[in-house]
Amino acid sequence: MILFLIKGLWRDRSRSLMPVLVVAIGVMLTVWMHAYITGFMGDTIEMNAKFSNGHVKVMSKAYAENMDLLPIDLALTDVSKLQATLKMNNPDMEWAARIQFGGLIDVPDEKGETRSQGPSIGFGIDLLSPGSKEAERMNITNSIVRGKLPAQAGEVLLSEHFARKLEAEIGEAVTLISTDMNGSMIMYNFIVSGTVSFGVEIMDRGSVIADIEDVRMALNMHDAAGEILGFFGEGFYENGRAMQMADAFNAANTQSEDEFSPVMKSLSQQGSMGQYVMMAEVWSLYISLIFVFAMSLVLWNAGLLGGLRRYGEIGIRLAMGEEKGHVYRSMIYESVFIGIAGSIVGTALGLFLAWLIQTYGIDISGMMEGASMMMPTVIRARITPVDFYIGFIPGLISTVIGTMLSGIGIYKRQTARLFKELEA
Amino acid sequence: MENQSIITIENLVKRFPMGKDSFTALKNINLKFGTGEFTGLIGPSGSGKTTLLNILGSLDVPTEGKAYVLGKSIGSLTTKEAAHLRKESLGFIFQSYNLLQVHTVFENVEFPLLLLKYAKSVRHKMVMDALEWVGLTEKVHSKPPQLSGGECQRVAIARAMVKKPSLVLADEPTANLDAANSHHILKTMETLNRELNTTFIFATHDEKVISYLRRKIYLLDGRVDKDEIIRINQNERS
Ligand SMILES: Nc1ncnc2c1ncn2[C@@H]1O[C@H](COP(=O)(O)OP(=O)(O)OP(=O)(O)O)[C@@H](O)[C@H]1O
Ligand SMILES: [Mg+2]
Repeated sequence: MILFLIKGLWRDRSRSLMPVLVVAIGVMLTVWMHAYITGFMGDTIEMNAKFSNGHVKVMSKAYAENMDLLPIDLALTDVSKLQATLKMNNPDMEWAARIQFGGLIDVPDEKGETRSQGPSIGFGIDLLSPGSKEAERMNITNSIVRGKLPAQAGEVLLSEHFARKLEAEIGEAVTLISTDMNGSMIMYNFIVSGTVSFGVEIMDRGSVIADIEDVRMALNMHDAAGEILGFFGEGFYENGRAMQMADAFNAANTQSEDEFSPVMKSLSQQGSMGQYVMMAEVWSLYISLIFVFAMSLVLWNAGLLGGLRRYGEIGIRLAMGEEKGHVYRSMIYESVFIGIAGSIVGTALGLFLAWLIQTYGIDISGMMEGASMMMPTVIRARITPVDFYIGFIPGLISTVIGTMLSGIGIYKRQTARLFKELEA
Repeated sequence: MENQSIITIENLVKRFPMGKDSFTALKNINLKFGTGEFTGLIGPSGSGKTTLLNILGSLDVPTEGKAYVLGKSIGSLTTKEAAHLRKESLGFIFQSYNLLQVHTVFENVEFPLLLLKYAKSVRHKMVMDALEWVGLTEKVHSKPPQLSGGECQRVAIARAMVKKPSLVLADEPTANLDAANSHHILKTMETLNRELNTTFIFATHDEKVISYLRRKIYLLDGRVDKDEIIRINQNERS
């Protein structure tokens, strides 16, 4: 009997090939979409991680509570020791100290008087120590518009837009006016070595990027840093792992009575990133649900048509004395088989498509002008283990539901009526 | 041979719902069929032949009255019991053959035996025997689209007969066949009727079929108009 059904399925291409193709296309789209969204949302997360959040970030407790204010007076001290400990406890992570600070940039004329001035957000990052990955991490080299990376102490990068506004030229001196770690006013001179444009509005507005040692000097922050960013060696954010790491670190290091004791926060524990991470996780669920729903409708219709076409066969089988329940069940088994076959084909195709986009990426920089969120300009899909099975959910569920729904029509119909339609 | 009753129909009425009203297709039918009969329900289009045949085949149920087939009251069978009756005891032959198009001649004829869960070797022998009865042994591996209409109907006969059912119901079996093929399959059925003592009930208005019948039940407008039993000498016609 099973052999009989398999033969029928195999020989009747409209019963096997067509539905398998329909399922495969749907599954392919699901897998591909999932990898695409994972990639896109993942890239956005990575971008935020690289520019500001890290996969985890270590700050002083007080700094963490006032993070938005860039309170350098609450910065961590003894950073090299802390960083070494972090490296020792988590050897597969990369750790980078950074200082973010606010201040005014003043461009003087020949007489030393203010020619132009503007508020800025400064980044002190490790640009000069050999082997530092910070420049690469923030993609600075590729973002340079004019000039070059700071090559020695005392040089800064200005964001291109900011430099134009201030009419600051490459090689000119600019003065940072700010407050140091102790709250005293400071003025510190830099030479503009180049300008950058990241294609990210918030980074391009009024940024000053200098080597962290220069910034420490300027702000009197010896061996201090606002934050230490940690990055997973694999380069992708993993929320569970990051949260676990933060919990372990905090249990060991954070003292409730000491405002300056260090605290670690995962990316998802910083500002609105948590919602975004959660969104990235539920999105895949939504997508597969939408596909389950849409494909069920399509396959229900396909099943109805197939069912109509099969009235003849079903009528004959019933007339020969096969039980309705048995006919119905055999149709469902067929649909399970088709669902699995289609899902396998579709998953393979979807993974291939996703792999292409993962490898080559799609450049959307043209569409991103004026965007205020930190978003990547090249979209890359990202294949995760989920992609190997997520397509089976819509693939199987929709074929089976489609068949069940269309099968009910046959099930409910009077056997004699089936024959009326058959004889016609 | 024909005295044992296989079917008893008592005051059978069949109505089909037609919007608010209903249409009465069969009006108070009373009939008895004996084992081994070769009988036809004859009548113009719309007279109720197929309707009656469907009820006897447990594909439909009476609205009123009783129809006993092999001791079972058709109206009170569950769908499962009806399927069981069809599987064990009934064979169907249709005007349009109704073969499974993607399956071979062998597989089509084998299907009723699969439902009966016979062993493979048993099935093989029974299928080959049945194909031998209808003279189609050399077409076992062909599929219906490769066969002529007459051959298709012979496959359908083999399929109906393979399990040696007590009762074969044939609705216009010759309607799509030419005269030569019609006579061929009718002779086949007549022989099987004689050799296996299978009861045949036809629905027809084809003169060729009528000429083979040993009992002619004329339906008119859902009623039995005339019920003739003919005793003909088998040798006379052939
Ligand atoms: N399911 C149904 N619903 C409504 N009316 C029906 C149904 N089935 C049959 N009828 C009606 O019952 C009557 C008898 O139909 P039936 O099919 O038994 O005729 P028949 O004698 O087999 O005719 P034919 O020689 O054309 O096959 C017809 O008038 C038909 O329209
Ligand atoms: Mg009819």
